[in-house]
Amino acid sequence: MTALKKVFLKGNEAIALAAINAGCHYYFGYPITPQNEIPEYMAKHLPEVGGEFLQAESEIASINMMLGAAATGVRVMTSSSGPGISLMQEGFSYIAGNELPGVVVNMSRQGPGLGGINATQGDYFQAVKGGGHGDYHLIVLAPHTGQELYDLTIKAFELSEKYRCLTMLLGDAVLGQIKEPINPWKPEITAGDPDRDWLITGAKGRQPRLIKSLFLADGEMEKHNWRLQEKYRQMTANDVMVETRFIEDARLVLVAFGSMARIAKTAIDQAREEGMKVGLIRPITLYPFPAASFKNLSESVSRVLTCEMNTGQMVEDVRLSIDSNIPVDFYGRPGGSVPTPEEIFDRLQQAYAEVEQ
Amino acid sequence: MKQVVKRPASLTEKPFHFCPGCHHGIVHRLVAEALDFFNLREKTIGVASVGCSVFLYDYFAVDVIEAPHGRASAVATGTKRVLKDQIVFTYQGDGDLAAIGTAEIIHAANRGENITVIFVNNSIYGMTGGQMAPTTMLGQRSTTTPYGRDYHRDGYPIKMTEMLAALEGPSLVARVAVDKPANVKKARKIIRQAFQMQVEDKGFSFVEVLSACPTNWGMTPQEATKRVSDEMIPYFPLGVLKQKDVVDVL
Amino acid sequence: MAKVQIDQERCKGCALCVMACPEDVLKVGESLNLSGYYYAVVIDPDGCIGCAQCAEMCPDLAITVWR
Repeated sequence: MTALKKVFLKGNEAIALAAINAGCHYYFGYPITPQNEIPEYMAKHLPEVGGEFLQAESEIASINMMLGAAATGVRVMTSSSGPGISLMQEGFSYIAGNELPGVVVNMSRQGPGLGGINATQGDYFQAVKGGGHGDYHLIVLAPHTGQELYDLTIKAFELSEKYRCLTMLLGDAVLGQIKEPINPWKPEITAGDPDRDWLITGAKGRQPRLIKSLFLADGEMEKHNWRLQEKYRQMTANDVMVETRFIEDARLVLVAFGSMARIAKTAIDQAREEGMKVGLIRPITLYPFPAASFKNLSESVSRVLTCEMNTGQMVEDVRLSIDSNIPVDFYGRPGGSVPTPEEIFDRLQQAYAEVEQ
Repeated sequence: MKQVVKRPASLTEKPFHFCPGCHHGIVHRLVAEALDFFNLREKTIGVASVGCSVFLYDYFAVDVIEAPHGRASAVATGTKRVLKDQIVFTYQGDGDLAAIGTAEIIHAANRGENITVIFVNNSIYGMTGGQMAPTTMLGQRSTTTPYGRDYHRDGYPIKMTEMLAALEGPSLVARVAVDKPANVKKARKIIRQAFQMQVEDKGFSFVEVLSACPTNWGMTPQEATKRVSDEMIPYFPLGVLKQKDVVDVL
Repeated sequence: MAKVQIDQERCKGCALCVMACPEDVLKVGESLNLSGYYYAVVIDPDGCIGCAQCAEMCPDLAITVWR
């Protein structure tokens, strides 16, 4: 990996720069606030690397153009926000059935409906539980800093190729707009293996190949589904990413991802200063979910508080993952309201009071 | 004696699943002949659509990508933008292209994507059992127009060739039919020209092929073929509506 | 001289060839093939002029014509 000159970039720009440095030279997308810096950056800089930027007529067209490009084996990306991601769900399902790699960025905004343009985490269910039809999953990565937006974008391409599975970078309006110092870097590998046996390149000197998701013969579709499930099982075993902080002696554990995790970290630091034994579990892969982190929690943990910018989504996975009677509280601010660290601290203090009893 | 009319090399040996008298078989053959004529089989990527056309990959001996319903022109755009030297074509029916896929076809045409689109118009939804299509004619019965298409409720049959010919972007926009041997010969020529446009990097080519659907029209193959001649061609006139010889390069 | 031959198993008896033939050389036969179709047959082999209009219309590539 090659380190590059430090830059001061918006989150959205960091994502686009990372994609280009990861060898992604094809981008198809449609404008939607709060992620427009991504297509704009791509429009400006892809021609510099001989890449191809195309503003499509809709998000539906975008994801389908991406499907067509991904079938050739190149690294390709699209990005959008809630309403556009909803439109792309059909495409996600097809890409999953086709087992094509690719990266989609969702810089979440308030919903449902037209909603608003501020940050939210209300797309968690849509991202990790499906959204499109059928039994499939996307790999979902949740960065919480500018540097992580950069790093995880590169990781997203690697994971999507490793598993032939569409990978979503799940950010939000705040992460897209914050400007932080980024240490960009170039990975060693910036393209998928050109000899993969499914690449659509024109049947020269070989049997024709087919990328499809239609399996009508008796039992064929079931077999295909179990194949997909085996992939998901493997990624759960091998590629879960999670950050834990102050977990060893924690009595109260906060669970948060993305922007909420940034806020939670400040609140936890303050709590520790005041002598409260509070820890953090920050899922980085939302799918595969770090369920293992919630099993065998240390003896000291007697309460969990999940904080999200929604009405209670990841908390369900937390509850499913915990294998003891530890109570799991939830604190949420949906609809674009971003809590302050003081607010989280207050709620945390409340939960800690229960612990002390 | 020499053999006349051979199975094109770009077609596989697999017998077509189409209904007796369905014109898809004729159109598949003409497209394959065009691929053979320019020796394109090994550098062609077909984009399959949804409808009776869905099994394109069983019949064309080329790499194929299956597109979601209506999206073939967008998928083809993505593929062609990467594989600029390969030949990319879509093969879409009247539901796929003129209903759910209208945005995608208009914009692919408008951008002058260097792809070839074959649009099979049989004025009905075949695969799903005979519902109204955007090109179903006034008065025509279908399972969702049991009393005949009425423009008050469902508007008029849509003329895709005329619509696309009005755009600056496309290079070749034409309508043909395969109801009679003479028209089959004309269709062969125009489909060949459409692929020639792509071979010569001359931009977007679009050929609408008026076709029969005996099963869902409730007619014999001969009656259905005659309906194309007598009812469809007068409303959907044949001809090359747009042809650019030179493409502007910025 | 000309000759027309119909692949009876590929033929679906759609009769578009019968419609296209200018010389009344073909007709839908009275025997079923394995798919259950009454396949077309050559009733007047010497009448074939090799125009191949039948083969042009055949949706199933079931007809071979020699000229």
